[in-house]
Amino acid sequence: MAKANRGARVHSAGATPYLYLAPAVALFTLFIAAPIGYTAYLSLRRVQFSGLGLGKKSRTEIFVGLDNYRTAVADGEFWAGWLRVLGYATLVLALMLGLALVFALLLDSARVRLARFSRIAIFLPYAVPGVVATLLWGFLYLPSLSPIHATLRAFGFDNVDLLSPSTVMFSMVNVAIWGGTGFNMLVLYTQLRAIPRDYYEAARIDGAGELAIALRVKVPILAPAIVLTTVFSIIATIQVFTEPMTLRPISNAVSSTWSPLMKVYRDAFVTGDLYSAAATSLVIAAISVVPSLLFMRLVRRQAFGEER
Amino acid sequence: MTTKGVRRPLGLAPTAVLLLGALYCLLPVCWVLAASTKTRGELFTTNAFAPGTGLFSNIADLSAYRDGIFWQWMANTALYAGVGALLSTAVSVLAGYALAKFRFFGRNMIFNVLIGGILVPAVVLAVPQYLLLAKAGLANTYWAVLLPSILHPYSIYLARIYASAAIPDALLEAGRIDGAGENRLLRVVAVPLMLPGMVTIFLFQFVAIWNNFLLPFIMLADDERFPLTVGLYTLLATGANQPALYNLVITGALLSIIPLIALFLTMQRYWRTDLSGGSVKS
Repeated sequence: MAKANRGARVHSAGATPYLYLAPAVALFTLFIAAPIGYTAYLSLRRVQFSGLGLGKKSRTEIFVGLDNYRTAVADGEFWAGWLRVLGYATLVLALMLGLALVFALLLDSARVRLARFSRIAIFLPYAVPGVVATLLWGFLYLPSLSPIHATLRAFGFDNVDLLSPSTVMFSMVNVAIWGGTGFNMLVLYTQLRAIPRDYYEAARIDGAGELAIALRVKVPILAPAIVLTTVFSIIATIQVFTEPMTLRPISNAVSSTWSPLMKVYRDAFVTGDLYSAAATSLVIAAISVVPSLLFMRLVRRQAFGEER
Repeated sequence: MTTKGVRRPLGLAPTAVLLLGALYCLLPVCWVLAASTKTRGELFTTNAFAPGTGLFSNIADLSAYRDGIFWQWMANTALYAGVGALLSTAVSVLAGYALAKFRFFGRNMIFNVLIGGILVPAVVLAVPQYLLLAKAGLANTYWAVLLPSILHPYSIYLARIYASAAIPDALLEAGRIDGAGENRLLRVVAVPLMLPGMVTIFLFQFVAIWNNFLLPFIMLADDERFPLTVGLYTLLATGANQPALYNLVITGALLSIIPLIALFLTMQRYWRTDLSGGSVKS
């Protein structure tokens, strides 16, 4: 913080900055702060029915303390969901970011042909909504339609079910990698292009090959950007919802509580239990807070350490 | 040791790896291009990547489905993404400019609180947002999707970086000495200098709203107001057990990605993702 203020020759002008910040602050209050507060309020309450539970007066909201949290944490299905998402997220993060880094380094190595074409093609899935991506791959997973199955059959693998309980997670991981690699590649590639070329000359004169330069010079320079994309990706994968939700119509292997967020959705809108949905969503938020705080520290140090 | 030419030979392996990656990324897109041209019979019988003969009848069928509701979804999506991204850019640029170029009490605190919004899982917000908007009588209206999409903490973060990199303090100072008001400085100095950054913020937010599923899925009940993502989801959910509807879903999927791919290819130079580097180079 001291750093951000150091040498700030920025203007101090009465009400103007507050005026310019007013829309953002108002929207923040209405659509982020108020909903969080409301969730916290709901999570401590529950509906109680008296008598036969008929008529308006028999339905009252009461304060139940941390009861909803106890129920949420005690639910085995909730933790099973976390376990599935943990496996899913680990695979997605490792493969997607690994591929993104390899592609970015290869694009930057100046030795490849058709680099522009590859860059655009790999970034293209970013323009495809998650629902549509899942839908396209979902069709490609269907045995009656898919060229994948035709290829597998040609190699002697008959009856591979890509939507069975044991394989559906990998099918989902594939959709996430397909959709996310290009964006992360572009982030890393943009950073690489910003490094002055003569930076590498010293290493070249010392006889370092392209691979050595990539591993010993480029990767260390990229480290902050890699950490940043990782933290962003962690936040996104923990919240996985669209992909499993879209696969549900074509696969019996995806339950309505496959991921923790799907459970919140089901509790809130299918079973109509807003109170446990509120408690569960706050537990999810608490679990996501660790990578999030890490992110806060990074953003501050990295981007604003040298702001004038 | 070696001459320049030998030291940097054409990398066959790197080129091959990148082309494999490109092929993998293009595969579903090529498949949907081919599949959308097939008639119902051809879909299950012909080679997956061979073009068929039914593109126009598929589009006609899709346009006829429930009195052309697909095009309503397309128009809704354009409205949500266009208006939402425009408002979002305006709010972010104002906030980012104020945070980067003014010194005032609470600057760091306001920034930290705003940026903290990135970290709140969407579902923690979406459910209570729905309940609160329902109380205000706005659930299941266009506002229910538009209003929560405007504030985008990450855009504020980007706008702050762009503003501090692109606008020299001396220029603002000179303007102030000449007696220009703050709003005039914003209009004449800040906005033109931040324009490339604003386009980037607009594009990212446009894509984010266009692709959003969770928020409209929770907010809307009436399919007249659905965006494409929710519309296609319901179409898939209805059609999963009726292969007769596969053609509609496939054609809808293709038509729904064409606008974004077009935007993406024409605006190439604005897709800069400098997370920490600073200005947008145009």
